[in-house]
Amino acid sequence: MPKRGAFALGLTAIALVLLLNFQTPTLSPTSAAGTAGGTGAGSATTGSIRTGGAATGGGTGATGPGGSTGGAATGGSGSTAPATTPAATPATAAGKRTVDGSVVNTRFGAVQVEVTLDGSTIVDVAALQMPSGDRRTDQISSYAEPVLRTQALQAQSANIDGISGATYTSSGYARSLQAALDSAGI
Amino acid sequence: MQAVGAPRQVRVEHVMGTTVSIDVREPFVAEAALDEAIAWFHDVDRRFSPYREDSEVTRVGTGELAFEEASLDVRAVFTLADVLRDATDGYFDAAAHRPDGRRDPTGVTKGWAVDEALYMLRLAGARNVQVTAGGDLVAAGEPEPGRPWRIGIRHPGVPDRVAAVLGVSGLAVATSGLYERGGHIRDPHSGVVPAALRSMTVVGPSLAVADGFATAAFAMGERGVAWVAGQPGFGALAITSDDRVVWSPLIEELLLATE
Repeated sequence: MPKRGAFALGLTAIALVLLLNFQTPTLSPTSAAGTAGGTGAGSATTGSIRTGGAATGGGTGATGPGGSTGGAATGGSGSTAPATTPAATPATAAGKRTVDGSVVNTRFGAVQVEVTLDGSTIVDVAALQMPSGDRRTDQISSYAEPVLRTQALQAQSANIDGISGATYTSSGYARSLQAALDSAGI
Repeated sequence: MQAVGAPRQVRVEHVMGTTVSIDVREPFVAEAALDEAIAWFHDVDRRFSPYREDSEVTRVGTGELAFEEASLDVRAVFTLADVLRDATDGYFDAAAHRPDGRRDPTGVTKGWAVDEALYMLRLAGARNVQVTAGGDLVAAGEPEPGRPWRIGIRHPGVPDRVAAVLGVSGLAVATSGLYERGGHIRDPHSGVVPAALRSMTVVGPSLAVADGFATAAFAMGERGVAWVAGQPGFGALAITSDDRVVWSPLIEELLLATE
């Protein structure tokens, strides 16, 4: 990416954040009662995980040097958040414009987005093309698209620095969005 | 714009069949160092891609190029794949997807390339930097003074949510799962697609190894968490098919509360 300067950098960051940003769940924090007595196990109090079933493991935590199969304890367990997908909140203002991203070919098919901007703020992202073909692909696309749209909108209030577990689909989406932002000159 | 946040140097590039990103926080590096890192990934793609007929990896696999004649790092990656297969009791097999039985280290190439890119960027003066490739990452230093990189672990059932947030500094994070494209991980001993877990995240000092361990531990099922915990320096967080989150002691040290 040849662009320089803070502004161009910031817009690149949007696409990056799109790739990386996921909303964190809001949950009632409860202390993890099920922690096992492994080496690093303290009391787990996290907002992201509720305690659920019994902790697994609870073994010695000892590992032989170089051992490829250890008997270490697991540190804790919990249940994942109940799922509610947040609704996107498109802003309404004058001066809106739409820009199409380029068609990005992913391993699973073509992705193209259309971004609606208000000034330099993304107010909406629509998928013009998502991978389709077999049933599984259609299922993934229909599942991923509203999620990716929400992420794109929420990317402007990022609260995490990275994500582990992203997807090919989201990569193509981010690239098409980046292309749209580039062609919008912002 | 809010998304800008702390000053950063960012590159995003589509390469090696995935999206690679580099995010450097102060102190910044020369732009040439970022160019070099991006060029590195393209070089790896050219030499290691199993989809290119002329790549060294393809030519070693077909026998056209003798292993001993391949470049040093191509040999190193083949060897790393062998070491990981043995260390995981065969649960990670980089060539398992090949119907033709050829040697193929592709399962470790991406993580290894990211590890090397981080090394290059650090030599160029970067101290606070995150390098990602398709949902796996390494994060060194701090994004802002006094706090670690906040890394969300994607919720496998609800992809705009994270199931946990880890505070990471100087570690690699790799996640394996079947939530987008099923069937690419099989238990090498039974041939069955593992059903016990929805995702397995492994944290450790090397992305190449963490990635291999994540694939292996996913195939092992819930006991994979304890298996990873037995590997010095590595930790695991699994999300089970009945939506429990199970983690090892190292992960417990990294878990952050979320908003």
